Amino acid sequence: MYKYDNYDQAMVDARVQEFRGQVERRLAGKITEDQFKPLRLMNGLYLQLHAYMLRVAIPYGTLNSGQMHMLAHIARKYDRGYGHFTTRQNIQYNWIKLEECPDLLDELASVEMHAIQTSGNCIRNISSDQYAGAAADEVADPRPWAELLRQWSSFHPEFSYLPRKFKFAVIAADEDRAAMRLHDIGIQLVKKDGVLGAKFFVGGGMGRTPMIGPEIRDFVPAEDLLSYTEACLRVYNRYGRRDNMYKARIKILVHEIGADEYRRQVEEEFAHVKTLGIDPPLAEFERITEYFAPPAFSADADAKLDRSDPDFAVWLDQNVKPHKQDGYSIVNISLKPIEGISGDASADQIDAMADIAERYSFDELRVTHAQNIVLPHVAKRDLHAVWSALRNEDLADANLDLISDIIACPGLDYCSLANARSIPVAQKIAKRFENLDRQRDLGELKLKISGCINACGHHHAGHIGILGVDRKGVENYQLTFGGSGAEDVSVGKIIGPGFDEDGVVDAVEKATEVYKEQREDGERFLDTYRRIGVAPFKEAIYAK
Amino acid sequence: MKLLTGNDLKSGLVIWWTGDGWSPRVEGAVDAGDQGESILAVEEAARRVNASYIVDAEGGMPVHIKERVRAAGPTVRADLAVNPDIVIEKA
Ligand code: HEM
Ligand code: SF4
Repeated sequence: MYKYDNYDQAMVDARVQEFRGQVERRLAGKITEDQFKPLRLMNGLYLQLHAYMLRVAIPYGTLNSGQMHMLAHIARKYDRGYGHFTTRQNIQYNWIKLEECPDLLDELASVEMHAIQTSGNCIRNISSDQYAGAAADEVADPRPWAELLRQWSSFHPEFSYLPRKFKFAVIAADEDRAAMRLHDIGIQLVKKDGVLGAKFFVGGGMGRTPMIGPEIRDFVPAEDLLSYTEACLRVYNRYGRRDNMYKARIKILVHEIGADEYRRQVEEEFAHVKTLGIDPPLAEFERITEYFAPPAFSADADAKLDRSDPDFAVWLDQNVKPHKQDGYSIVNISLKPIEGISGDASADQIDAMADIAERYSFDELRVTHAQNIVLPHVAKRDLHAVWSALRNEDLADANLDLISDIIACPGLDYCSLANARSIPVAQKIAKRFENLDRQRDLGELKLKISGCINACGHHHAGHIGILGVDRKGVENYQLTFGGSGAEDVSVGKIIGPGFDEDGVVDAVEKATEVYKEQREDGERFLDTYRRIGVAPFKEAIYAK
Repeated sequence: MKLLTGNDLKSGLVIWWTGDGWSPRVEGAVDAGDQGESILAVEEAARRVNASYIVDAEGGMPVHIKERVRAAGPTVRADLAVNPDIVIEKA
């Protein structure tokens, strides 16, 4: 894990002090809400449907146990005993009091965390592969690169007022576990002739105009990474549309001028930026990389697992993934219990996950874009103990990547931009498919729900996507099929007229029946849909 | 009828104009008639409300679903509801 140096800590501490003064002035009436709003947003504090909401950054989704305990402490002391893990690998608290927020941020800073750049038209928290440093298929650990980008982008004066918000994802494997191509800049670390570098994809995104980022460069040598990134941002900062909020994301620029022209301009800018010497010396990069050195693995490589408990065996098959180190595994903790709320965890559960990570996962946890938690390094011999400990906290649902592992944004239950509720729809679908055997028979099926076109719930990337719309003041739900946020990335297509809440649950069920009738060996829902097209699904769903 | 809503500046919680102050419960809200703008100007200036706005209502209940959820509290957390009896969907 990265450790703050004196600069990092001083910057964060100074920011909390500054915000404390701003809050005092607001409470004393010395500044108006219009003056204060941009200041609180710069510190992650939104005003939502019911109360203030605080978004805390979790850099590339990586946490240690102490930080996780702090998140639980904040939920208990400053909120109503829970937090919401988001698709951007962050956590949001829904009930923060303005007058207490500076104290909260002080406590957060004591564990090297903050809420800076979690709002506004700046470079937001960098997201990454939740299996970084543990996955067998990565060419390098992406986290040192994500950390480098974090340092470069923190308070970067040139990029603190971009045309619109800006989101990065950095991965290092061909399997895309971070929806990389749906980010403003997606970076995939690759090796070419044994040399490490990066592929750049620029101009992806969701929202009202979903786009898959085209490849802009197939290989940027590692030593040029920051210069090249800076060139990408500069071209956007210069030409991005500031006249129209809906056209201000970089995806619109890349789309309007075309990937070739954008690439040409970036190359031109890059030639100039490279003369400025902003790429860090190798020694600095090595300093950062040391913080991410693999832990002291020591487990018996050929530990045998006792699979005699069937519930444990199912959880192993569904939620536990291979690790690059023999004798170890990656454990996924589902935050999607059948009656629960996607991504929500209670303070007690957060504490329990922190304890389990401390004891069994070298003190490390990850937040995933699918709103789950990962224990990246668990010895195989400890898997049963981990499972038992998770089960005691209702955290052992064996539904990873199944139909009940639904991404759902807060929707109209919490969000002031929403058209419709997301959570109750997710709950009804999960309940309908409660039987785990039935879910496992359906196999991998990624269902994602957003309560409005902003697409925080990634519905465009759902094998089945659901979008809440307002139809004359009544909640209505559109279905999209065929999206994917993985390496087979695609944007889902609307299948036809929308449904009410129960109607959409029925429609999803009918779609799964069509899939079961039509699937060929080894096909997932998405594969069958891609092969046979939408017609058979529509026929079944809209049949009178 | 017109109701007035906003958030408490310190706690951020949703509040409704009762005619002589603010209440967390929509049941206490009164029709502001055409006085909404002027009441809100005074109340905002005195920091008794933040991010306030005027809401269309019928029979004391907001017309739009968004404000009904505001009045009810999150519909998926009965334990955190302000008033779980509020009907969210229009009949
Ligand atoms: C509750 C307060 C929230 C507000 C006000 C909000 C607002 C927005 C807006 C306006 C957009 C569209 C941006 C654009 O297209 O230019 C957006 C996109 C997005 N938000 Fe949120 N959001 C909220 C919560 C969340 C949550 C809880 C998550 C995670 C579950 C999230 C993750 C995302 C993602 C992944 C996108 C789409 C990616 C993209 O920017 O292209 N947001 N949000
Ligand atoms: S998709 Fe819409 S409803 Fe859902 S959290 Fe984002 S802005 Fe709110």
